[in-house]
Amino acid sequence: MIEVNNLRKTYNGTTVLNIGHLQIEQGESFGLVGNNGAGKTTLFSLLLDLIEPSAGQVAINGIQVNKSEAWKPLVSAFLDETFLIGYLTPEEYFYFIGELRGQNKASVDALLHKHEDFFNGEILKNKKYLRDLSKGNQKKVGIVATLIGNPQVVILDEPFANLDPTTQFRLKKIIKDLADDKNVTVLVSSHDLAHTTEVSNRIVAMHKGEIVKDIKTSAETLKELEEFFAV
Amino acid sequence: MFKKFLWLEWKAFTRAASLGTNIALKILMGLVALYFIGVFLALGIGVYFVIDEHLHQDPLVVINKFMIYYMAMDLVMRVMLQKIPIINIRPLLVLPIKRSTIVNFALAKTFVSFFTIMHVFFFVPFSIVLIMKGYDPLGVALWWVAMWAMIYCNNLLNILINNKDSLFIGFIVLILALGGLQYYGIYDITLVTGVYYQSLFSTYYVFIIPVVVLIGLWVFTHKYFIKKLYLDTGLKGKNEIAETQDFKWLNRFGSMAVFLKNDIKLILRNKRSKTTVIMSVLFIFYGLLFYTGGIEVYDNQPMKVFASIFVTGGFLLTFGQFVPSWDSAYYPLMMSQNIQYREYIASKWWLMVIGTVVSAVLASFYLYFGIEIYLMILAGAVFNIGVNSLLVLLGGAFVKTPIDLTSSKQAFGDKKAFNIKTFIISLPKMLVPIALFVIGNYISGPLMGYGFIAGTGLLGLIFRNAAFRAIERIYKAEKYSTLSAYKQKN
Repeated sequence: MIEVNNLRKTYNGTTVLNIGHLQIEQGESFGLVGNNGAGKTTLFSLLLDLIEPSAGQVAINGIQVNKSEAWKPLVSAFLDETFLIGYLTPEEYFYFIGELRGQNKASVDALLHKHEDFFNGEILKNKKYLRDLSKGNQKKVGIVATLIGNPQVVILDEPFANLDPTTQFRLKKIIKDLADDKNVTVLVSSHDLAHTTEVSNRIVAMHKGEIVKDIKTSAETLKELEEFFAV
Repeated sequence: MFKKFLWLEWKAFTRAASLGTNIALKILMGLVALYFIGVFLALGIGVYFVIDEHLHQDPLVVINKFMIYYMAMDLVMRVMLQKIPIINIRPLLVLPIKRSTIVNFALAKTFVSFFTIMHVFFFVPFSIVLIMKGYDPLGVALWWVAMWAMIYCNNLLNILINNKDSLFIGFIVLILALGGLQYYGIYDITLVTGVYYQSLFSTYYVFIIPVVVLIGLWVFTHKYFIKKLYLDTGLKGKNEIAETQDFKWLNRFGSMAVFLKNDIKLILRNKRSKTTVIMSVLFIFYGLLFYTGGIEVYDNQPMKVFASIFVTGGFLLTFGQFVPSWDSAYYPLMMSQNIQYREYIASKWWLMVIGTVVSAVLASFYLYFGIEIYLMILAGAVFNIGVNSLLVLLGGAFVKTPIDLTSSKQAFGDKKAFNIKTFIISLPKMLVPIALFVIGNYISGPLMGYGFIAGTGLLGLIFRNAAFRAIERIYKAEKYSTLSAYKQKN
């Protein structure tokens, strides 16, 4: 589904990302772990063509992302609050994304209804603009918005950060449900090794811009990762 | 402490992503500044002799008579054009710095503005001439102090007006009313104020009034902002009650409707963008200065053509110049969603067309000055729709200054949609129609001139799609640098 070849990103002579080859298959649930500055967000930004690669290429479903835009209908992402429009109410934001992804109001409503638990009554019909919501609630809106329009690839950067424990549990359930769908490829990055091993069937660890571990999740994965990161 | 603040400011300027365009604009603004310095200097040195020779009156008395207009113009220019500097206050709050120091710095920063310094070039030479001509030096010095105090008052008033919409509108109405009363000879305010300004020179104590007013204003402003330095007051702004709105009537625009709806919400729900609407209404009245023939230098055809572009183009200039910067806060979203650039651009274009058409209809009261004036305005409107709308979109793609919509809710936020920068990048858009008019007028008269302007506008409409494609290419080529420039918030 996603193929990365000889991808490199350099800022003023410092290489922040260097990946020889990475192939992510359709239906895979892909977890990306690493310390600050490991290159997780850089990789996601390159996948979404938000920054220009210094060398190499990214292809989603065979479409090279910086050459054509035909990959956009397949992919949805939430990296940070720059993916939210502050002066809209949550409902307006969901409908806006829905219209961009060719969904009518009824199907967006159905999706919102399904995730009412996740919202915990703090999002919908609250007469607040997105800019006035707390960081955690903003994140809930961003995450649910990525589910609109049946995307084939869902990219979430640090989805667990800023969320309360209950919501973290619910989010894990949402991601697992997505991962069970064999048509959907989920990419999640996190600092939290436990969360990531729980929701992903493949884990890639990055360090200083390079892939240092690439493992299929098993019972021992968490321990292996903890040993790796405990220095 | 102030030195540290200045160091922060310098870093913020030199490390801004938009530094390149910033420097180009600063150079242009420098040239404009030099021009005004020249004018003020010439005025300051020459005005004494001109009045003395031609009017045979005491020059100081004449100057004092008109001083009220000088001060009013200063305030108008400030309100319209002076950009209120923003300082990033949040990170400073928990540091061991007194709140009072932060406010003092923010206020002091507004004083170091061209709009204040400019006056030195008038008052200093004028005062020197007065002393050389044998006026009482102490009187001149006190007059000078008083003038300076009043200019500082203007500066503070501007900051306060900037923070309150009601004050802003009230101020505009007051100026229009006073100007109107004087123009129609009903009430001449200079009779009263002339005496006051003269007494600043002729007595040794009246100067205390402006100085006391200045101190009072400073204390008031200072207190006003200290109160605003809390995260839940001035630095955050109140949480409005939000209503979900649908704007179903816009659905007739098809796939573009989704963007149009969003843009209308953008304009209505953010202060900075809301002022674009206020400005475009004000610009409709801008033509009055030109068409009434009240001001001699404006009373000629090319200047009237110049005004006619502004009358209908206010919204286009204040809003259009900053497309796509209005969407800077969520540009990564726009770039990763399934969005056709064409529809995005077309929706902004339609918005400007709607703004121009509405202005043209509202401007129909200019028919009072004759059908020709209104024809001129309509020709200007066609030109705005056909050509200028495309030019602003083209230029906007290169203006990569992020607009932080939320900052406008803060105490020292950027609330004005129009400032000297906008004005300077607008100027070229006025010069082409003037040139067209002059050519047409030279060939067979004014009507041909208007025809040329409107005709060029229509040509622009015909080539609209080609222009959209060109703009789209620029958007694509500039995508990465725009994204990284928008990442910085001021």
